[in-house]
Amino acid sequence: MVQVKIFGSLAAAADDQTEVEIEARTLRELLDGLAARYPAMQPQLERGVSVAIDGRVYNDSWFTPIEPDSEVVLLSRLKGG
Amino acid sequence: MALDSKQDDRTHQFKVVGTRPPRPDGIDKVTGRARFGADMTAPGMLTGRILRSPHPHARITSIDSSEAEALPGVHAVVTRADFAHAVADAATADVLDNCMAGDKALYDGHAVAAVAASSPAIARKALKLIKVDYEPLPHVTDVDAAMQPDAPALHEGRANETVPAGLSPNVVARCAFGHGDIEAGLAQADRIVERTYRTEATHQGYIEPHACLASVGPDGQADLWCCTQGHYMVRNTCAEILGMDQGQLRVTASEIGGGFGGKTTVFLEPVALMLSKKAGRPVKMVMSRSEVLRASGPTASSSVDVRIGMTKEGRITAGFAELRYQGGAYPGSPVDMGAMAAFAPYDLENVKTVGWDVVTNRPKAAAYRAPGAPMAAFAVESAIDELAKGFGLDPLEVRLKNAAREGTRASYGPTYPAIGLEATLRTARDHPHWSAPLGPNQGRGVACGFWFNFGGDTCVTLNITPDGTVTVTEGNPDIGGSRASMSMMAAEELGIPYDKVRTVIADTGTLGQNEVTDGSRVTFAVGLATIEAARAAKREMCRRAAQIWGIEEEAVVWEDGAARPAGPNAGTHPPMSLAEIAAIASNTGGPIAGHHEVNAEGAGVSFATHMVDTEVDPETGAVKILRYTVFQDAGKAVHPDYVEGQFQGGAAQGIGWALNEEYIYGADGVLQNPGFLDYRIPVASDLPMIEPVILEIPNPGHPYGVRGVGETSIVPPLAAIANAVSEAAGVRLTHLPLSPPKVLDALKSK
Repeated sequence: MVQVKIFGSLAAAADDQTEVEIEARTLRELLDGLAARYPAMQPQLERGVSVAIDGRVYNDSWFTPIEPDSEVVLLSRLKGG
Repeated sequence: MALDSKQDDRTHQFKVVGTRPPRPDGIDKVTGRARFGADMTAPGMLTGRILRSPHPHARITSIDSSEAEALPGVHAVVTRADFAHAVADAATADVLDNCMAGDKALYDGHAVAAVAASSPAIARKALKLIKVDYEPLPHVTDVDAAMQPDAPALHEGRANETVPAGLSPNVVARCAFGHGDIEAGLAQADRIVERTYRTEATHQGYIEPHACLASVGPDGQADLWCCTQGHYMVRNTCAEILGMDQGQLRVTASEIGGGFGGKTTVFLEPVALMLSKKAGRPVKMVMSRSEVLRASGPTASSSVDVRIGMTKEGRITAGFAELRYQGGAYPGSPVDMGAMAAFAPYDLENVKTVGWDVVTNRPKAAAYRAPGAPMAAFAVESAIDELAKGFGLDPLEVRLKNAAREGTRASYGPTYPAIGLEATLRTARDHPHWSAPLGPNQGRGVACGFWFNFGGDTCVTLNITPDGTVTVTEGNPDIGGSRASMSMMAAEELGIPYDKVRTVIADTGTLGQNEVTDGSRVTFAVGLATIEAARAAKREMCRRAAQIWGIEEEAVVWEDGAARPAGPNAGTHPPMSLAEIAAIASNTGGPIAGHHEVNAEGAGVSFATHMVDTEVDPETGAVKILRYTVFQDAGKAVHPDYVEGQFQGGAAQGIGWALNEEYIYGADGVLQNPGFLDYRIPVASDLPMIEPVILEIPNPGHPYGVRGVGETSIVPPLAAIANAVSEAAGVRLTHLPLSPPKVLDALKSK
């Protein structure tokens, strides 16, 4: 299980929890697990999110490993100019 | 095989990286040999022109193009009806609607039709013959006005699930970030500043207008040449809009005369392709400066409420910001980036930001260098400055006292790894600029800034040529010196001189997918791929040498540009240089190349501190920038000239944003200043020499420690300048730009 911190406006889709536990060993399992447990999160997940794992930000790499004690934070999808 | 490249960045002694060789595009650009978007030509080429709406908001009831089509020399007319292919993705559908209006024109300058003709004069004449019937509608261009319940609505049903019921349909998204208890934190403060800050929309101000040349063959194969920050993005977007296979559209990026985020989307390209398809001839389109300002993406304007509490010792007890950004006529302002970046430089127990994305009758906003962050930093850094000065504290020491560092939980969520903010602040404090005397009517300001940076999809191929020179092929337009940086990293890794490497930008048919040149990603991500491609080539060259020497591959190392035997049983073979191995490649297995394809994740965040001295003319309100110093963490500066250029460029653009640049709309909703005479960007005579100070705190996510540097430098200037001008004027200024009339009014109101 990994602890996932969820940013404010997305927490509404997770029953107002700002931290949830998900069984996940990879980024893909994390996103799938969130979508399965919190269907209200689906629109934001489809628009895209970024995920900070131990302080490093990932966008799309499904098989990025997540350790059980990793710090995992959901973020708005990062954009640049 | 053992590689010296396995040394980590802390022990790596660089030979090429960190030097300042001549830029490879320099001669081409100063002699006019470089080919920009408008320099492309093709046999039988037609001229394309766009007809634009004179109304800020109007229903298009009919378009009659029959007279234009009958005009001799006109080969095609297109309207939205020609883009019949269904676009599934909502964001891409908005891009199409922005390129060619559907049922409604949503801003002054919105494209409603286009022609392709045999000459520019005929094309202009044809535009006048197109009859468009408009039903004008009420309009709104101000972000706060657009949020009112009775504001004219641009769209219905575009708000996403984050927006509470009952708000104006112009409010399309909400976001929130933070942790702690704001009210409890404010209760601990000795003083609270609560203010509203406003910034106006500014354009990226690239010198080269948008331009492209499209050629669609009768067999459906198409070529497109254009100035863009991402030709793979152009290919994918145009293919989706036109219903083409991506593989049938080859896009080649020209040299680029600036982008700064504004060329991360398409404006002309789908229209040029459709005109070419209908006409059966190549079609070239070039925007005028007026079109660039009226119809290509500026950044958002903003209205930001801030509440910050501080103890008399300078500790911030709570920070709250509510940000309202208008992103033009479609959803997608960068308010979420602003909301995440606003308090990112600080270690705060209680912090919260709320962002609102709002649509107005203005052109669709495009990214602009650290999109969303400069406006947020302006608000937060202004309030911190006011609090610090109100207590008689040193504003740099206050920032140091509250600075985020390794282990800080960022205001947007994650815990920071090693970061360089504290180093920029300490270096700024110790710099002679900070203690230099000021004269009458002069003020000094400081501000901090943050940007995320990212990586993304990247492909690089590195070819060893038979004479021992090297070509690096990458897929990102060079907007900030990336050809030089890639050549340097390849030379470093291979152990050969810089001038033995040439880097070229490939078309979309040559490499796999490459993310846009944005997010300060290229030196980080393409550099990483270049290093890995060079390592792959080195492995192959070591293998060839081992074969020649009849020893195991593991007994060969690559050092100082040559394969060398190593280990007890390797023998005493003389080293084989890259050139010697390349010369006999045909005899040892064929051509040698290395390539690397990656989604480069793990870019390191970046921080900067800016310091500026200003002088206010009490008679006119005019502001002069006297001195400007940029302190920024670059991770590792591959080519320091370019890094310094990024620091200076961000500061220069920030000076324009802070002092003069603004989109001015009349009560009629029409842009009043679509030209560089009235939309005033800084010129050389407006600026002092901007001193760049590079700090190097290595990014552990890159083999050489590189961080992106391109965007962070535009985050602090708005606030740093406003803080300096407020000090010089003796009154707090909260609405940018600080143009002479505004400053004079503030002086009179004291």
